[in-house]
Amino acid sequence: MHEVQAALDRFANQELYLHLETTAGAYAAHRNEKALQVGAYIRNGRIRYERGVITGGGPYRIGLKIELGWVYAEGLTDWEIDAQGRILLAGHDQDGRLAVALELSPNPFAI
Amino acid sequence: MERHVLVVLPHPDDESFGCGGAIALHTNAGTPVTYACGTLGEMGRNMGRPFFATRESLPKIREKELRNACDALAVRDLRLMGLRDKTVEFEDPERLADRIEAFIKELQPSLILTFYPGHAVHPDHDAMGAATIRAVARFAKENRPVVHCMAITKNRETILGKPDVTIDISAVREQKLNAIKAHRSQTEALFANWEEEKKKNPDYIKRMEQNWQKEVYWTYSFEN
Repeated sequence: MHEVQAALDRFANQELYLHLETTAGAYAAHRNEKALQVGAYIRNGRIRYERGVITGGGPYRIGLKIELGWVYAEGLTDWEIDAQGRILLAGHDQDGRLAVALELSPNPFAI
Repeated sequence: MERHVLVVLPHPDDESFGCGGAIALHTNAGTPVTYACGTLGEMGRNMGRPFFATRESLPKIREKELRNACDALAVRDLRLMGLRDKTVEFEDPERLADRIEAFIKELQPSLILTFYPGHAVHPDHDAMGAATIRAVARFAKENRPVVHCMAITKNRETILGKPDVTIDISAVREQKLNAIKAHRSQTEALFANWEEEKKKNPDYIKRMEQNWQKEVYWTYSFEN
């Protein structure tokens, strides 16, 4: 958590690319008709935040304060700073399935 | 025996789960099979169990898994179409059909396997199936390959009727299972859950395993 906070601090006040998503899985409503099929993602949203904070006791939450608003994610369980210096955070359920992801990179993500 | 089989589906693993048995029967009989795979399943939710992939490493991992699955099914011709997972329905359907039409002209398949548009649950499945039907419909009736569609909606038989094609895949069951298992990131959790379920509910597993004996398809009938 301290390492993530340090990385968020390093990225503050600079032009970044954001990947943010959440998903209930493509078959949520097929498996359970009462379930609402939900999911959303943004890939390579350009972003600059003045303040980025990770908090919670695990799973963790992250808030990024941007000029005119906020970016928020909750349910984050795992993180990595990869070889390209990108911060990759994700929340996985008990079966290792991704339910939420928040990623920041100085360069655009591959598409 | 078919001359050439073209499989058009959006995600790595659709081929193994959906029509792995039919593919193995064709390749074992010496029929060339080409798999045109729309995306690399970049937005998949399964990451392995325990998870070993990240959102950014997943496409490369799934490409490797797909190649392993193709090896298991003896598919020698894999075409990666470079679309992005969950966005196929937002592409221009005519342009997508152009690309599939080009495959058909090049390969002259006698049979195409794809999803039944509107009956495939995942929007990418429906969009890929619809583009394939659109491409085939451009050919004169006498030049059209036969199209066998997979339908997975719960009300499929109510609307489409019974499937007209049933294939006994018991001879290639292991091959199909190996292809599914090759998609490690996507299927480890599934197999782990099965093992747990097996202990609790042997009847359920028995029923599930009967599903490995056959595959069913609906032949698409074109209006004119």
